[in-house]
Amino acid sequence: MLEYGLRFLAGGIAVSAFAALGDTLRPTSFAGLFGAAPSIALATLLITLSQKGAPFAAVEGSTMIVGALALAAYSWAVCVLLKKFLMSAWSATLAALLVWFVVSFGITAALFQLS
Amino acid sequence: MIVQFKPSALRQTRWYEYLVRFVLGGAMTVIAGLIATRFGPVIGGLFLAFPAIFPASATLIEKHVRERKEKAGLPGARRGKEAAALDASGAALGSFGLAAFGLVIWLMIASSPGWALFLAAAAWLAVALLAWHVRRWL
Repeated sequence: MLEYGLRFLAGGIAVSAFAALGDTLRPTSFAGLFGAAPSIALATLLITLSQKGAPFAAVEGSTMIVGALALAAYSWAVCVLLKKFLMSAWSATLAALLVWFVVSFGITAALFQLS
Repeated sequence: MIVQFKPSALRQTRWYEYLVRFVLGGAMTVIAGLIATRFGPVIGGLFLAFPAIFPASATLIEKHVRERKEKAGLPGARRGKEAAALDASGAALGSFGLAAFGLVIWLMIASSPGWALFLAAAAWLAVALLAWHVRRWL
C-alpha cells in the first residue's frame, strides 16, 4: 500500500512539474515536447528498481521504446483530428487513444511472434 | 523563432486545473505499476509512455487560447484547436526523445542504475530538442 502511495505522490509531482514547465514555454510546438516527457517513467523506475530489481526495469525500458513510438503515432493522429476534422481537443485526444493501443500492442505482438 | 520562458503563463492555469493534472499523473503512475505487477514488465513498459494527461493538457490549451481570443473580441474556437494541434505536433517530436530514454534504460539500468536514470533523462532532452530543431529546418 505504501508503495502505491509513493507512486501516486511521485507521479503527481513529476507530471505536474513537467506540465507546468511546458505551460511557461513558447512557441507552443516547443512546449509540446514536454507533453512527451518521461514523467511517469522517472516517477516509477526508482520504485521499480527497489521493489522488483534492475532486470525487470530493463525489460520495461525496452518496451517503453515501443510505447514511445505509439505515442508519436497518437500525437500525430490528434494533430490530424484537430486540424482536418476540426474535432474538439477532448474528443480528438480520447478518440486517438485507439491509435496508441493498436500501435503499441500491435508492434509488441509482432516482435514477440518473431522472437 | 526564439524559445521563450514565460513564468507569468502559470497564472492562466486555475488551481483545480493543477489538481486535475496532479491526480491524473498520480493515478496513471499507480495504474502503470499495477499493470506491470499483474501482466509483467513487457506490458508494464508500454504504459510508461501512455498519454495519460495529454487529453487534459490539450483541452486546457484549447480552452486558454479560445478564452484569450474571445476576450479580445476575436473568434477563438479555431485558434484554440490550432494551438492544441501545435502542442500535439511537439509531443510527437518529444516521443522520439522518450524512445531514447527507454533505450538508455534498457541498455544501462542493470549495470549502473543511477547513471542510467541520469543519462536517460539527458538523452530524452537531447533527442527531443534535436527533433524539434530538425523539424523547423525541414
